[in-house]
Amino acid sequence: MSLRIVVCVKYVPDATGDRHFADDLTVDRDDVDGLLSELDEYAVEQALQIAEEADDAEITVLTVGPEDAKDALRKALSMGADKAIHVEDDDLHGSDVMGTSLVLAKAIEKAGYDLVITGMASTDGTMGVLPAILAERLGVPQVTLLSEVKVEDGTVTGRRDGDSASEQLEASLPALVSVTDQSGEARYPSFKGIMAAKKKPVESWDLEELEIESDEVGLEGSWTAVDSATQRPARTAGTIVKDEGEGGKALAEFLAGQKFI
Amino acid sequence: MAEVLVYVDHADGAVRKPTLELLTLARRIGEPVAVALGAGAADTAAVLAEHGAVKVLTADAPEFTEYLVVPKVDALQAAYDAVSPAAVLVPSSAEGKEIAARLAVRIGSGIITDAVDLEAGDEGPVATQAAFAASFTTKSRVSKGTPVITVKPNSAPVEAAPAAGAVEALAVTFGALATGTKVVSRTPRESTGRPELTEAAIVVSGGRGVNGAENFGIIEALADSLGAAVGASRAAVDAGWYPHSNQVGQTGKSVSPQLYIASGISGAIQHRAGMQTSKTIVAINKDAEAPIFDLVDYGVVGDLFAVVPQLTEEIKARKG
Ligand SMILES: Cc1cc2nc3c(=O)[nH]c(=O)nc-3n(C[C@H](O)[C@H](O)[C@H](O)COP(=O)(O)OP(=O)(O)OC[C@H]3O[C@@H](n4cnc5c(N)ncnc54)[C@H](O)[C@@H]3O)c2cc1C
Ligand SMILES: Nc1ncnc2c1ncn2[C@@H]1O[C@H](COP(=O)(O)O)[C@@H](O)[C@H]1O
Repeated sequence: MSLRIVVCVKYVPDATGDRHFADDLTVDRDDVDGLLSELDEYAVEQALQIAEEADDAEITVLTVGPEDAKDALRKALSMGADKAIHVEDDDLHGSDVMGTSLVLAKAIEKAGYDLVITGMASTDGTMGVLPAILAERLGVPQVTLLSEVKVEDGTVTGRRDGDSASEQLEASLPALVSVTDQSGEARYPSFKGIMAAKKKPVESWDLEELEIESDEVGLEGSWTAVDSATQRPARTAGTIVKDEGEGGKALAEFLAGQKFI
Repeated sequence: MAEVLVYVDHADGAVRKPTLELLTLARRIGEPVAVALGAGAADTAAVLAEHGAVKVLTADAPEFTEYLVVPKVDALQAAYDAVSPAAVLVPSSAEGKEIAARLAVRIGSGIITDAVDLEAGDEGPVATQAAFAASFTTKSRVSKGTPVITVKPNSAPVEAAPAAGAVEALAVTFGALATGTKVVSRTPRESTGRPELTEAAIVVSGGRGVNGAENFGIIEALADSLGAAVGASRAAVDAGWYPHSNQVGQTGKSVSPQLYIASGISGAIQHRAGMQTSKTIVAINKDAEAPIFDLVDYGVVGDLFAVVPQLTEEIKARKG
C-alpha cells in the first residue's frame, strides 16, 4: 500500500529583502520577492528521503497562499515531489495561524494522508506553532522538531533535541512530523527535475471546495488583531575603533563605563 | 479580580527565571494562578507564592515524561476548566509554545507567541512582539476566546510580591491523544555550569571567525570572566565547533541580554533575528564592512585572536 505523504510548504517574502507591513498590517508581499521558505525545503528533503526508503510512496506538497505561492510548489516539485495542491481564495487574505491551520487541516484530510511533514517554523511569521496545531486539529500524534527522522512499518521515529535533553520519539502512522534545519541539507533541483516539474499536476482549491465559511478565515475572521506595527528606530551609530594593539583594553574600558565590569 | 493562568517551567521543583517574569506580567492583568506539572511540582509553590501566585495547581503522572507534549496540554486544559481565567501565559520555549498552541485550539482561542511585553488593555491584554528579525515592533491582541500568550525570557523584571500560593491538587484525565507520541529515551544535556543562554544577562558568541572547535576556549574564557553564557552562529555550529543548543538566531535561541558580545560573526539577518533586541551590543570583527557593525554600541575592527584574550585579561585584572 502506498505511503501518502503531504508536505506543508509556505511561500514567504525573502528574509534578506526589506520586509515590512502593508497598510492593513498584514505582511506586505508586493515589494519583496517571495520564495519557498528555506525551512520548508528541509521538510521536502525529508519527505523525499522517506519516500526513497519506502516501497511505494507519493508526495503531495500543499500550500495556502496567494497566486504567486505556486512558485513555492514548483520548487518543491522540481526537488522531486509528485504533485501539488494550492489553496487559494481572496477571502484568505490576512488569516492568522488559527485560520491557516483550519484550511490546511481540511485540505490535508481531503487529500488523504498517512504522514504530514512541515518545517519547524515559517521564516516570516516564525511562530513555529502550526505543526502542533495541525496535529491537534487532525487528531494524530505530533512528532515535532526532529533533527533525525525515519519511517518504517507504519511507525515514525525521530530525535528531538530539546532545551534540556535530547529525546528519541516514536509514534504510529498516521502522524504529523516537523523537521528542523539540523535534519540534513536540502537538495538542489536538477535540470531534469525542473523540466519534469512543469508537467506535474497542480490542483487549485478554494474555500468552497473545502467547505469553509469565509468568515472563519481571513483578516475579519482572524483570532488575533494587530493594532500597530512600527519600525524599530535604527540603532544609533556606536563607537567603532580599529585595533592597533590596545583594542581589547579599549573594549574593557567601554564595558567598565557601562558597569558590566 | 480576574485570574490569570501561568504555566510553570521548572526542573524537579526548581522554577526557571522566565516563569517568575511571567508572574510579573500576569499581575498586570489579574491574579496569577500557577500550574506546575511533573516531579517536584509542589516544591515550586514557595517561590511562586513569593512572586505573586495566589494558588498553585499541581499534578504529577508518569504520562508527563513518557509521552510528548499532549499530557501537559490535557493538564493545562483541566486547570483552564477549573479556573476560567482571563488569560493563559506560557513561557516561550519550544515545548511551551506547542503546549500553548494546542490549548488555544481546544478552547477556541487565538494565540500570540514570543511576546516581549504585556499590558492590560480595554479589549484584553496587549502584547508587544518583534517582527521581521526584530526590525519592527508590533502590538497585538487576541480577539477571539481567552487570550493564550507565550512570553520570551528577559521580557519583564522578576519582582517580589508575596501572595498565598496555596497548593491544590489538579485532577487530570488524559485523552486518547495523550499517549500518541512515546518518548522512548531521553539523554539529558550536560550542564556546563554557565548560565542558561536565553536567561543570561550577558552572552558572548563566536562565529566562523573563531575558526575551529579548539579555539572556542577563548570565547569561553571571556564568557567566564563576565559570568556570561556562550552562544554561537550557525556557521560555527554547522562546522561542528559548538553544540546546536548554543546557536543564536532564527533557528537557534533568541536572546535579549543586557550585553551581547559577537566575535567573528558577520551579522547575517538570521543571526540578527536572535540577538537584535539585546540592550548593549559589542562586536569584534576584522572586516570593518561586516553588517554586525551597524548594530553595535561599541565595535573593534581587529583580529579576535588578539582582541578577545586581551579583553579577558583586562576584565580579570579589573575584577581583581
Ligand atoms: C533558514 C536559515 C536559518 C538560519 N538560521 C541561523 C541562525 O539561527 N543563527 C545564525 O547565526 N545563522 C543562521 N543562518 C545562517 C546565516 O545566514 C549566516 O550564514 C551565519 O549567521 C553566518 O555565520 P558567521 O557570521 O559566523 O559566519 P560568516 O558570515 O562567514 O562571518 C564570519 C565573520 O568572521 C570574521 N572573521 C574571520 N576571522 C576573524 C578573526 N580572526 N578575527 C575577527 N573576525 C574574523 C569575518 O570578517 C566575518 O565577518 C540561517 C540561514 C538560513 C538560510
Ligand atoms: N500558508 C501555509 N501553507 C502551507 N504550509 C504552511 C503555511 N504556513 C505555515 N505552514 C507550515 O507550518 C510550518 C510552521 O509555520 P509557523 O507556525 O507559521 O511558523 C511551516 O514550516 C510550514 O511547513
